[in-house]
Amino acid sequence: MAINWYHYASPATFYPLAGRLAPWFAAIAALLAAAGLWIGFGLAPTDATQGEAYRIIYIHVPTAWMAMFVYLVMAFWSALALAFNTRLSAMMAQALAPTGALMAALALWTGAFWGRPTWGTYWAWDARMTSTLILLFLYLGVIALRSAIDDPRRADRACAVLTLVGAVNVPIIYFSVRWWNTLHQGASVSLTAAPKMASLMLSGMLVMSFAAWAWCIAAALWRVRAIILERERGSAWVGTLPGMRVVP
Amino acid sequence: MATPAPRSDDDGETGGALAGLAWALRRDLKLAFRTRSELAVQLLFYAIVVTLFPLATTPERTLLSTMGPGVLWVAALLASLLSLPRIFALDQADGTLEQMALSPWPLPAIVSGKILAHWLTTGLPVVVLAPLAALQYGLDGMAIGVLVAGLALGTPILSLLGAIGAALTLGVRGAGGLVALLVLPLYVPVLIFGAGAVDAVRAGIAVDANLSLLGAGLIAAALGSPFAAAAAVRIALD
Repeated sequence: MAINWYHYASPATFYPLAGRLAPWFAAIAALLAAAGLWIGFGLAPTDATQGEAYRIIYIHVPTAWMAMFVYLVMAFWSALALAFNTRLSAMMAQALAPTGALMAALALWTGAFWGRPTWGTYWAWDARMTSTLILLFLYLGVIALRSAIDDPRRADRACAVLTLVGAVNVPIIYFSVRWWNTLHQGASVSLTAAPKMASLMLSGMLVMSFAAWAWCIAAALWRVRAIILERERGSAWVGTLPGMRVVP
Repeated sequence: MATPAPRSDDDGETGGALAGLAWALRRDLKLAFRTRSELAVQLLFYAIVVTLFPLATTPERTLLSTMGPGVLWVAALLASLLSLPRIFALDQADGTLEQMALSPWPLPAIVSGKILAHWLTTGLPVVVLAPLAALQYGLDGMAIGVLVAGLALGTPILSLLGAIGAALTLGVRGAGGLVALLVLPLYVPVLIFGAGAVDAVRAGIAVDANLSLLGAGLIAAALGSPFAAAAAVRIALD
């Protein structure tokens, strides 16, 4: 059955859809997180060199992946918002920014806690850490620009331009920082080489990644519902929702 | 046929674009020349920031020559940041920017002219002043040459990227602090390659990779950012 995507491009129709989908994604996230943590902390063996401290990767790696991926998704919605001038795309970009910033902050935080026992320091000026920190600054810049502009439509388009400029820059920043200093251990997971980790460790990490993914979707959907209500509060359809009253 | 209006772009898109660029360049240079003291203040800012670092750390020569390239580049970033409001803010305040957006010349061309004028009046003086500051940090002749080459390639990128941030924050609450948050992360690669080039020559490694990357960055920024900045100006004017 073909789905008419344009039907859901309107906040009025997307609002109930997001409301139906969000609990499902939240439930999936909870189940996967429970399974992933069980694999990671119960089944997976202790790492030969890093001891128990390595188990923080079950949080660290998924959040670091999501920090990068959410920015790409945000850039996608921003491009749609600029190209088609659709309100909902901009709202999705707005809803994703705090989630992405949270992911970047968590990745840095857990990375510091992993680095202390493993490297002997909370912070090393390593390429991936530094570029994640700059990614966090990019997220915070988008959020700050949004909150500094009163007119939501202008904020939509200004943030979209900033997000796209940032998206072009993210790979450049990453490679420049990597050029500048590489102390981080080589990537443990890559698509070309065979993984160097035990398969239980890998599957725990992948399950946790899907959990983080589902959680990000659920959080963004819930947040976009709040944004829709806030920005459409004057429209008639919001008044028809149970418990709502149209603000004159 | 009616007489063609002056300033029409019927001489083709390229001619119109070049005319717009030249006009904006001439105008902004003239305005900058008439507020010379403002430019001098920005240059003094650069000189003072460069002076602060040895005072805050140590006058020891070996340490200073290690820190020097980084300090000189960070100061260049800050000086560029400080001067960003010059590009659009005054023109927006008196309505000129709106007239520019309405003109038949393509707005990215006008924006390019303004960015070029900004670099000539704020970036180029820093490039010229940098050798003096480098002497204070005990850099040798070769390192100074690479520093100047890097700054000459890199400071235009700062103006180009900064123009996007300046346009996005036009008439926004707390624009001064906000533009720093938006623009400084984007400056990071320029800083790394620019300061890295000087470090490389001091370590006796070839510098052409760093300088080539700065040059590539300059070309990419010159092609892309006038369009992004022009889009941001239109958003700000709505």
